[in-house]
Amino acid sequence: MPITYTSGEQVEVYRFNWLITLGVPATALFLQAWLPHQFPSFALLDLPLLVTIFFAISRRNPISGLLTGGAIGVFQDALTGLPIGLNGIAKTLVGYAASSLGVKIDVENAGARLLVTLVFCVAHKVIYFTVARGMVNLTMHWNWPHELWSAFVNAIVGVFMFYALDRFKLRT
Amino acid sequence: MESVLGRYKNLIVLACVLVAQVLGLAVQVKRTTDTQSTRLIRIWAVSSITPFEKVLNWVHGGSWNLWHNYFYLRGVRAENRELKAEIERLRLDQVRLNEDAAQARRLQALLAFKEQFISQTLPAQVIGSGGSEQSRIVYIDKGQRDGLKPDMAVITVDGIVGKVLKVFGSTSQVLLIDDQSSGVGAILEKSRLQGILRGTSAGEVVLERIMTDNPVQPGEEVRTSGGDRIFPKGLPVGTVTRVGNGSDLFLSIRVRPAANLSKLEEVLVVTKLVEQEPTQLQTGPVRAADILAQRLPSVPDKPAADAEKPKQDAPAKEAANPAAPSPGKTNPTPRADVTPNPRSDSITPISPKSSGAGATVLQPATAHGPAPAPVKVADPIQPVAPKTKPAIPPARATEPPAQNGPQ
Repeated sequence: MPITYTSGEQVEVYRFNWLITLGVPATALFLQAWLPHQFPSFALLDLPLLVTIFFAISRRNPISGLLTGGAIGVFQDALTGLPIGLNGIAKTLVGYAASSLGVKIDVENAGARLLVTLVFCVAHKVIYFTVARGMVNLTMHWNWPHELWSAFVNAIVGVFMFYALDRFKLRT
Repeated sequence: MESVLGRYKNLIVLACVLVAQVLGLAVQVKRTTDTQSTRLIRIWAVSSITPFEKVLNWVHGGSWNLWHNYFYLRGVRAENRELKAEIERLRLDQVRLNEDAAQARRLQALLAFKEQFISQTLPAQVIGSGGSEQSRIVYIDKGQRDGLKPDMAVITVDGIVGKVLKVFGSTSQVLLIDDQSSGVGAILEKSRLQGILRGTSAGEVVLERIMTDNPVQPGEEVRTSGGDRIFPKGLPVGTVTRVGNGSDLFLSIRVRPAANLSKLEEVLVVTKLVEQEPTQLQTGPVRAADILAQRLPSVPDKPAADAEKPKQDAPAKEAANPAAPSPGKTNPTPRADVTPNPRSDSITPISPKSSGAGATVLQPATAHGPAPAPVKVADPIQPVAPKTKPAIPPARATEPPAQNGPQ
């Protein structure tokens, strides 16, 4: 069973150095803008989303999670040509949900992380498309195979990325 | 009350943050129609990301150039030979194309067409992307300081790329033609059908607004129509890859862009366009003397001292091709008793009625240099209407003023 239910006292809450708190999202945003230019297939990845999920499930604090997600999302929107707030809203909700989930379940093992990231990637896409079509009236087509494949690739990358970022965790 | 706030603190904060973002989104959507101002958050985001992109591109490009220009030179000699042969072939093509272009200019001038020419471009390097599948934009390393403005066309040697969307200090955001919010006036090269080129959410490029009863074949070239007032007419856009029935009465035409939009490195920003009507000099209303000179052995001019001077100033190229008149050369006062030199500038009648019988008041039609006073020519010359197709085109069309035509 990859996901185990634990009580609030059993799960560990982590914090991060301010340098990591700022540097990791900034690096993710930079790579998200730079890598697709060099390697177009990297546009499939959403590194800022993975960072949002990682910080949210590590800190296990909904307010911290939603603020982190919102800030990263707004910054990511600023780099696109689309209205600012599309990623902001989607990542705010994902950050809130991921940190809320992190309070209730232990997501320290690879299987749990894969599943959680997969679900949140799909959820992020659904929220993004809903807001983009409903509020901004953007013409977007939902393509299930593409979205699922994208979520799966992000989840795989996320598992490795989370293990790399684990070493920066500080126990509270 | 406090217990309620404490209990639902997380949800309240979440609601506040979401409401703030939704409001922000709503404000943007409302404002996109009436302002071009750039949000501060965009400037901050772009300003903090693009310097790193520039540095990494510089390092990446430098190491790549070092390898390719200094170490990996295998096959360069053979390639050089092939390129030389290609240049020879292209020179021959160029001669033919110059003739075609000159003919096209003459015809355009006859019909008083105005044409846009690219007169100035600025090379720029692509340093990053928007990082989103939904927004197809790239960043270039030139901005306001380099004279860039929104809505300038961005092209490559292969074809059009997009237009400048937002301009920052030293960088600019370019909206690619495969973005769903872009629109380019396009024309099919063979069938001359005009439509609108748009991007789709899947990153494809489609040509819209072409009726289903029009025959369009895959493989047909698509070019800019100039109707969008951003791209000059005639630039390559892409090739039709698939034609199907779309919505309503319109065809769904899929186009493969001529420029590789996913691997853009260097682009050209069109910073200046000039719109001009081909000058009369290029068409040259034909004088009777010119026609005669083509058909009969010409009578050489009596050498005049002052007539020799401009010839000395003329470029060496013209000396090799004496039939082509110099753009800057004005006609010395023609002598009434001598057959006008067919090599001199053309003359346009201005008012046949103003002169007496058997004499026509003429003035040089050249756009360059000061126009001498009208002179009287003893020979009665049939006036040629300026917009009438000449019976015989000038023996040698003068090269147009130096400019970079549409590629």
